[in-house]
Amino acid sequence: MAAAEAATVVEPPPEVLARLRALLAAVPDPEIPVLNVLDLGVIRHLRQRDDGTIEVGVSPTYSGCPATAVIKADIIQALVRDGFRAVAVDVLSPPWTSDWLSDEGRRKLLAFGIAPPAEAVASARQLLQPQLTVACPRCESHSTTKLSEFGSTPCKALYRCDSCLEPFDYFKCI
Amino acid sequence: MSNTAQRPDAGAPQSAHCRYVLRLADTSLILAQRLGEWVGHAPAIEEDLGLANISLDLLGQARMLLAYAGELERRGRSEDDLAYLREESEYFNVTLVEQPNGDFGQTIVRQFLVDAWLHELHEHLQQSKDARLAEIAARSLKETRYHLRFSAGWMIRLGDGTAASHGRVQAALERLWPFTNELFASDEVDREMAGAGIGPAPAALQAAWSARVAAVLAEATIVMPQAASFPWFGRQGRHSEHLGYVLAEMQSLHRAHPGASW
Repeated sequence: MAAAEAATVVEPPPEVLARLRALLAAVPDPEIPVLNVLDLGVIRHLRQRDDGTIEVGVSPTYSGCPATAVIKADIIQALVRDGFRAVAVDVLSPPWTSDWLSDEGRRKLLAFGIAPPAEAVASARQLLQPQLTVACPRCESHSTTKLSEFGSTPCKALYRCDSCLEPFDYFKCI
Repeated sequence: MSNTAQRPDAGAPQSAHCRYVLRLADTSLILAQRLGEWVGHAPAIEEDLGLANISLDLLGQARMLLAYAGELERRGRSEDDLAYLREESEYFNVTLVEQPNGDFGQTIVRQFLVDAWLHELHEHLQQSKDARLAEIAARSLKETRYHLRFSAGWMIRLGDGTAASHGRVQAALERLWPFTNELFASDEVDREMAGAGIGPAPAALQAAWSARVAAVLAEATIVMPQAASFPWFGRQGRHSEHLGYVLAEMQSLHRAHPGASW
């Protein structure tokens, strides 16, 4: 519990905020570099401490995702390179959800060949649901088969298109 | 950060609160370690990835819980100290998770029984009066739900599969079933935590767990075993013969090279 940190924090002025957001937009997700950290929806707050340090609240996508530490280090590096003093703090609650992927992020995923989450999380709560329809990111066919609930990174599952026969990654809905 | 509250206090016994969080942490950690043994050995690359991914989620959950237990313990021990430098009798995981992987079917049975239990546990812990535990549980629940979908799906595919897969899953369930008693048994730690609104009474999880297990077993055409009365006590540090070997493998590198890191 970080309650002992008595530093007052405030919202940075709009021009600083704009600069910070521009810097963050250039920090890629290390595992899906077509997305930046804003697209991914992991940035939870940007605050300024009374000593001028910028505090970036970051949510892990998955508890064990190895990219989380890299993302935080990359964020600090990007801000420091632009002359800021910066720290990244974990924000666990409420937990990250794939619903926070931005519309821009969904478009980038699709263009990159990864199918974006096919549903909102509320329906994913249903366990053992009937297989949902995931469209092929290459040929848009709805005739696809899930090969594996888990893929090459914690945030992806593996599908195959039954029309064009290409396998593809699906960004898990969680 | 105020350091006075963090002063190592090696002589003090662990509080029930600390013990409770360690039980959760150790259960996730030992199951993560067991699943990690499958890497490079699973029947197909997809399942290799699946078991490794579940292991990674559990390891992430264990790290958050161990770090918290270390703060509650107030002896200045980090998550690494707790993971690598405790002896077998100081581990408090449920005995079920330390059982050997066996074949893929047995690993799936163990995973399903645990996932169905963790699902109910995390649902309850989200409401904990301990805000830290509640947020860890809310984070974990999303992952647990996904794991359960995987393990329940495989229970059905294997159980309602070939004669060979059916027979193996049925045998694994008979073998592991007695270990599920411990999931719903209470001791003074559970009673104190339930009284304080920090954790649910273990027995409160049983009805929902049983209903879900029964539904999946029915679909898997697997027969639910007779209730077994023998209780296990891993949560009190009294383990089956298997945990020592798990710890030996998990801890040997750290003990040979203290403080080493990547």
